[in-house]
Amino acid sequence: MAKMKVDFEVCKGCALCTTACPKKIVAISHEKLNSKGYYTAECIDDDACIGCAMCAMMCPDCAITITLSGGDE
Amino acid sequence: MPEFRKPHALTDVPFHYCPGCTHGIVHRLVAEVIDEMGIEGDTIGICPVGCSVMAYDYFNCDMIEAAHGRAPAVATGVKRGNPDKFVFTYQGDGDLAAIGTAETVHAATRGENITVIFINNTTYGMTGGQMAPTTLPGQVTQTTPYGRNPEVEGYPVRVCEMLATLSGVALAERVTVTDPANIRKAKAAIRKGFEFQKNKQGFSIIEVLSTCPTNWGMSPVEALSWLKENMVPYYPLGVFKEGAVR
Amino acid sequence: MERNLMKGNEALAEAAIRAGCKCFFGYPITPQTEISAYMAKRMPKVGGVFLQAESEVAAINMVYGCASSGVRCMTSSSSPGISLKSEGVSYMAGSDLPCVIVNVMRGGPGLGGIQPSQSDYWQATRALGHGDFQILVFAPSTVQEMADYMEKAFDLADKYRMPAMILADGLLGQMMEPVTFRSDEIRHPDPADKPWATNGHGNKRKHNIVNSLYLQAEELEELVVQRFKRYEIVKSELHEAECYRTEDADIVVAAYGSVARLAKSAVDSARDAGIKAGLVRPITLWPFPEQEVKAACKNAKRVLCVEMSMGQMIEDVKLALDCRLPVDFYGRTGGVIPKPSAILEQIKILNEKGAE
Repeated sequence: MAKMKVDFEVCKGCALCTTACPKKIVAISHEKLNSKGYYTAECIDDDACIGCAMCAMMCPDCAITITLSGGDE
Repeated sequence: MPEFRKPHALTDVPFHYCPGCTHGIVHRLVAEVIDEMGIEGDTIGICPVGCSVMAYDYFNCDMIEAAHGRAPAVATGVKRGNPDKFVFTYQGDGDLAAIGTAETVHAATRGENITVIFINNTTYGMTGGQMAPTTLPGQVTQTTPYGRNPEVEGYPVRVCEMLATLSGVALAERVTVTDPANIRKAKAAIRKGFEFQKNKQGFSIIEVLSTCPTNWGMSPVEALSWLKENMVPYYPLGVFKEGAVR
Repeated sequence: MERNLMKGNEALAEAAIRAGCKCFFGYPITPQTEISAYMAKRMPKVGGVFLQAESEVAAINMVYGCASSGVRCMTSSSSPGISLKSEGVSYMAGSDLPCVIVNVMRGGPGLGGIQPSQSDYWQATRALGHGDFQILVFAPSTVQEMADYMEKAFDLADKYRMPAMILADGLLGQMMEPVTFRSDEIRHPDPADKPWATNGHGNKRKHNIVNSLYLQAEELEELVVQRFKRYEIVKSELHEAECYRTEDADIVVAAYGSVARLAKSAVDSARDAGIKAGLVRPITLWPFPEQEVKAACKNAKRVLCVEMSMGQMIEDVKLALDCRLPVDFYGRTGGVIPKPSAILEQIKILNEKGAE
């Protein structure tokens, strides 16, 4: 199973990752602002993530880490 | 086991760029190439004056901050004194194609063994969005409030096409970073540039069509669309010259 | 020690190579072309680099890059070209980088002329670029000194981590005299002496950064203040002047560079005519040899400053003497060289005036 993790404090909520996800499971959460004042990106369906890393590739802030199954992170 | 994380050639310092600015993507691609080639300890980067002025805080290799437009001359000095090291410059459109045109053209025509990463986002970002040498006809900027009028302000410069005419150039390629497919191509082009340098085969320039959502007055996602619809037709993607000079 | 008969410009270039200068970046301008020509011929033979840049601006920025990587390097030019280099010099001063810049001065302002001049004294010692900074300035007056101070300039630029300038003129550049080089062979400075250099960290240290941008005002102020503390050390360690027949002199002539040679013959002629004349010749123009000038003038009634300009060094002479002695001026400018007889004439006039 793949896991997409967004660094909450580094993300600036630009939403470029949301345009890259082939599964359309990356979205900007509107629940909580980070300390810079941004709503940040999140994976809304971990089970559907295929770990293609397109969201991470698109991220201008290196805020996204992709871990594949058996991950220790 | 992490499958995708920040490359080692980038420091832990978070980028200061505006949300959605594609500088960050290009920084990462350069760093990934440095990682993959295992050359961080042998690389010296030159940053320009412009939004990426503080790139020296972001790259883990040795870094030099150049005066506005002079990065190719600074890179020449480093490279001539250290011919076995890798030297790259990272420059914006105002830096490379306006104030530093002479340095760019002459480093290229000398076949200086350096790699130039050229960020074309049609505007002076750091100073607040003035007309750049690459601003499109009709494009509104702070200093072309009625749109760039070629009769008054002249025409935008197509840098890759211009440099492709020079004998010293080994690679002149234009790419963009609007989507993962193009990002892969951009990275391949940057890698190619560093490989040319590794084999001492001449000057390489990779022009990256980029966005400036803040100064364009758009959301980052809108800016990507604007780039595709307006910049790509004027600045076609592709290889304009490729082949070892030496 | 081998003696060679050489032109001043060529002696300068050869001395630079022997000092371990590995890269020369230049751009053609009269009257310093022999330096470039000599470097173009000699550098490839000794494994060095000669590169003709596209402009003076590019040349100094190549020096900036090369110096950043810890390599000894230099550029040379003449007055209008030095103005163009001021951007790079300021960046080098702001990044604490060593290098050597040669200015073979010609008449100005503007395009001016191509004849010898000393009208860039203020530029060299006060304002070779924007910002609070100084560079080392040496004013040789013989072909031998051209060679000596070239080597010294490289060593001291490295020691104090600041740009150094050889301030010469077309007269010195063109004349031929015997010269013996301090170093018989080419020296190879140890790169380990420059741990700050951006020459690739080799995965052995943290990355180095060469930079002069500091956006926090307090941080920038602190750096400039520290740099000026270093300048105070330089001032205490480096101040050179030649004193000639000044011990009992009533009239002391102050002159530097090639003009000092003319002034020296005028002093001799004055002595022959029974006038107690002497000469003080500053060799370091920054730091200015205040103590030496003061000491040379201790018994003087009057001081005559002679320059190939409208009077620039005279300010420093007056400051060194705390304005306690009358300091008169004689100069020619625009490329006109003062005649020893004209200097003698001035000495005679001042001698008649006596103390004020």
